[in-house]
Amino acid sequence: MTNITAQIDALPGLDPHAPLLEVTNLHVEFRTQYGISRAVNGANFKLAPGETLAILGESGCGKSVTAQAIMGILDSPPGFVTQGEVKYRGVDLQKLPENERRKVRANQIAMIFQDALSALNPVFTVGYQLGELFRVHRGMSRGDAKRRSVELLDQVKIPAARARIGDFPHQFSGGMRQRVMIAMALALDPEVLIADEPTTALDVTVQAQIMGLLAELQQQRNMGLILITHDMGVVADVADRISVMYAGKVVEEAPVYDIYARPAHPYTKALLESIPRLDKKGQELNVIRGLPPALTAIPKGCAFNPRCAYAQDACRQDPAPPPHIVAPGRTARCHFWTEVIGE
Amino acid sequence: MSDRNDIVLETKGLVKHFPITQGILFQSKVGAVRAVDGVDIQLRRGETLGIVGESGCGKSTLAKLLVALEKPTSGAINVRGENMVTLKGGALRRARRNIQMVLQDPYTSLNPRMTVGDIIGEPFQIHPEVTPRKGRARAVQDLLDTVGLNPDHINRYPHQFSGGQRQRIGIARALALKPEIIVCDEPVSALDVSIQAQVINLLEGLQNDLGLSYIFIAHDLSVVRHISDRVAVMYLGKIVEIGNDEQIYENPTHPYTQALLSAVPVPDPRLRGHRDQIVLEGDVPSPANPPSGCRFRTRCWKAQSICAEQEPLLQIRERSPHPSACHFAEPRDVVHAI
Amino acid sequence: MSDLEAVAATQGPTGQPPEPRHVDKRDKPRSLAGDAWNDLRRSKVFWFAAILVVVIVAMAAFPALFGAGDPRDCALSRQHGSPSGTAFFGYDFQGCDVYAKTIYGARASIEVGVLATLLSGVIGLAFGLGAGYFGGWVDAFLSRFVDIVLGIPFLLAAIVLAKRLSSDPTNNGITAVTVTLGVLGWTTAARIMRSSVIASKNQDYVAAARMLGAGPARLMMRHILPNSIAAFIVVLTILLGTNIATEATLSFLGIGLKGDAVSWGIAISEAGPYVRVAPAPLIWPSVFLAATVLAFIMLGDAIRDAFDPKLR
Repeated sequence: MTNITAQIDALPGLDPHAPLLEVTNLHVEFRTQYGISRAVNGANFKLAPGETLAILGESGCGKSVTAQAIMGILDSPPGFVTQGEVKYRGVDLQKLPENERRKVRANQIAMIFQDALSALNPVFTVGYQLGELFRVHRGMSRGDAKRRSVELLDQVKIPAARARIGDFPHQFSGGMRQRVMIAMALALDPEVLIADEPTTALDVTVQAQIMGLLAELQQQRNMGLILITHDMGVVADVADRISVMYAGKVVEEAPVYDIYARPAHPYTKALLESIPRLDKKGQELNVIRGLPPALTAIPKGCAFNPRCAYAQDACRQDPAPPPHIVAPGRTARCHFWTEVIGE
Repeated sequence: MSDRNDIVLETKGLVKHFPITQGILFQSKVGAVRAVDGVDIQLRRGETLGIVGESGCGKSTLAKLLVALEKPTSGAINVRGENMVTLKGGALRRARRNIQMVLQDPYTSLNPRMTVGDIIGEPFQIHPEVTPRKGRARAVQDLLDTVGLNPDHINRYPHQFSGGQRQRIGIARALALKPEIIVCDEPVSALDVSIQAQVINLLEGLQNDLGLSYIFIAHDLSVVRHISDRVAVMYLGKIVEIGNDEQIYENPTHPYTQALLSAVPVPDPRLRGHRDQIVLEGDVPSPANPPSGCRFRTRCWKAQSICAEQEPLLQIRERSPHPSACHFAEPRDVVHAI
Repeated sequence: MSDLEAVAATQGPTGQPPEPRHVDKRDKPRSLAGDAWNDLRRSKVFWFAAILVVVIVAMAAFPALFGAGDPRDCALSRQHGSPSGTAFFGYDFQGCDVYAKTIYGARASIEVGVLATLLSGVIGLAFGLGAGYFGGWVDAFLSRFVDIVLGIPFLLAAIVLAKRLSSDPTNNGITAVTVTLGVLGWTTAARIMRSSVIASKNQDYVAAARMLGAGPARLMMRHILPNSIAAFIVVLTILLGTNIATEATLSFLGIGLKGDAVSWGIAISEAGPYVRVAPAPLIWPSVFLAATVLAFIMLGDAIRDAFDPKLR
């Protein structure tokens, strides 16, 4: 692996004291015939090794687009990163030429997706796809690559790995396919893993297995994990810190225990109150009235104001609320966070 | 008010096998996918029976059987005392008025070429005896209003609505014929969390106001608990446990139910590391080739030789006051265990 | 059972959402056709093809508008003459006005093209809908029939049919050619229709309609057909273009239109041997023929793209 360290050292701006991954003021736009869709409007994230950051939000909040922008796999056109920086250990990824960025993509930052069936190539065996990573990026021979692939499948707990290496993706069950995708992502020992809704399409028992596996692998490798999801239960189980996104902005950022106990943003609060819980049989669920805004027409001021129980005139006018500091390591984009957290 | 113990829907020994065939010109049967393999349920007036299970357990097939979208291989479905399986033609059409379905995917369950008014009004066209032609437009607008949509949007097309609104349109369509029973097949799974709450509240409100009975099929156990009076747990085509909300969620007796409940993430980080975590090994066996005896035995930590020899029946047992299909059924509170 | 009306009166809408934001400015109901029109309006290809088609149809319907003379006014004295008066393209070997023949030739092509395509459309629709909807052995039977028709060599069948149908020497063979083309050209359309129907048949909204108690007629007409016809129509517009070309081919070979019919194919056929001496009588009908076929095919292309919901 020596040639990899040499490659990393060669990246411009590398700073051993910088955070593992840092996203600053990211803005992403999609230019369509219906107008400009502002998918991400100033998102900030930081990730340390061994840490799990959960990006929580519903569909259309910009979380997947953020992940794609970090990886550099945004569909461009129509998507464009108009502002902001994505820094890996101090190296500004946006400024790297594409071939350098590609190396970072597999070797340092990896991603797994929601639907393993469409993320894996159906006409190649699993062994071939895994082996390809080693042959291309590490220059391994066929035999070595195959050996490493079997080891990897073992690590992700696929039974009878040696036999299954010659199977095609459709021959695996949903949960097994997801494990294969995790294996592919971890093949080159990245330092950051981005998981975009990895268990949404899976049954709940399989979900538990996969999340357990991810936690174990993360601990073994001291990897940073960014978990993108809308499932507040999953997040409560595994995350260290949570960033809640709405209409392209991070509206609240806090350690996991704090955010569930005392949310500081009306959206987070309303979300927590609207989900049915397994351990409580409740009365009518609190609804968040209205719909998320169309990203081509985001309301002025705070994007959540039309649906917010705490909204006042200040919320309906620009500028949008800045991230107020609620506590060390905690921010909330709300003018009235003290009210929200007080209840 | 009618008798609450009135049984509006009952199935007896409901079985659906899908044949697996081979051959191009002359197809011979080489096996069968036993999607639903002997299901007995009862639904009372005004109650909600939740049916939970993971993929491959047969709950979607059960839903289709109940609304006569599939014909059962054997068994009976009694709605208001009439066995729907034996009905044909006009009699079947009339019987359908009593049991309707809300489908899962709001993006494909509405015909994109029909206006919302046409979609909701179609039941009236198929069953002209329900509402006279003059009253139909008004009836459609009332239905839109009932589900919380603007009646003026009667001429809009489905793609002009959001997912949650489309689901409401689906619900309005199901209500048109004033059925007694509505089968909800994963009605909120495809919706965002904040919209799910709106639709669930709507369904509950409608049940209260109209005296509806629901069969609520879902894989999300938290949602099912919220809305159901009784819950049935399905595994590989059979019901393995059935009971009321407290019995199933606080004192589950079947190992599969216990594993299922322990796997559901609860949005409370304080429970981390303290919950009774049962992680099942392996995959669900194929419904074409289920294990002998108890179907769950291949993944069960309690399995003994009797489990392979004798299939446990769904019945009340020594340590299970509600019906459970396990030779070693005993209660274990996994949800609150800390 | 409570009255629905009473419910509507007493209960306010629970959690009623505000107007959906995703409406366009005019806030009118937007059907898929409306959306498709919006896309088409912006397409240069569509306008180019549409204008061309309009011009050609005008040529077919009102040849006098284009200032053409009489195509049958031929005088050998003018043989291969150069352009004069309204004969912009000169005269062919029989002394006929090339320009007039070209303009009037459009009529035969459009007539045969449209009628043959309609015939193919009807047959293809019936076969495709039947095979797709009923499935099973009906599908097997109909599909094999389609395969058989596809297996027949076109030219051979065309010759046989044309000969049989046009035994009467007095008529000019338009019916014969129309029937020939119509009866041999429906197979692709049928196959496209069949696969569209199979795709539509499995949609949730069809299941929903069945569950309401809809019978096969309603399912086919109201639900399956409208959603599967887009691709079919596009195939038909392309078929129109190829039918026009094929009619010209048959006429060129002498088994299409005959007698005193005016057609591009005949014109090209007759001008062929003299191309070294007088190229104009060959070139002009060819250019018009190619332009017509191109126009219809481009139109079909543009419409298909506009109606394809996956491209939205």
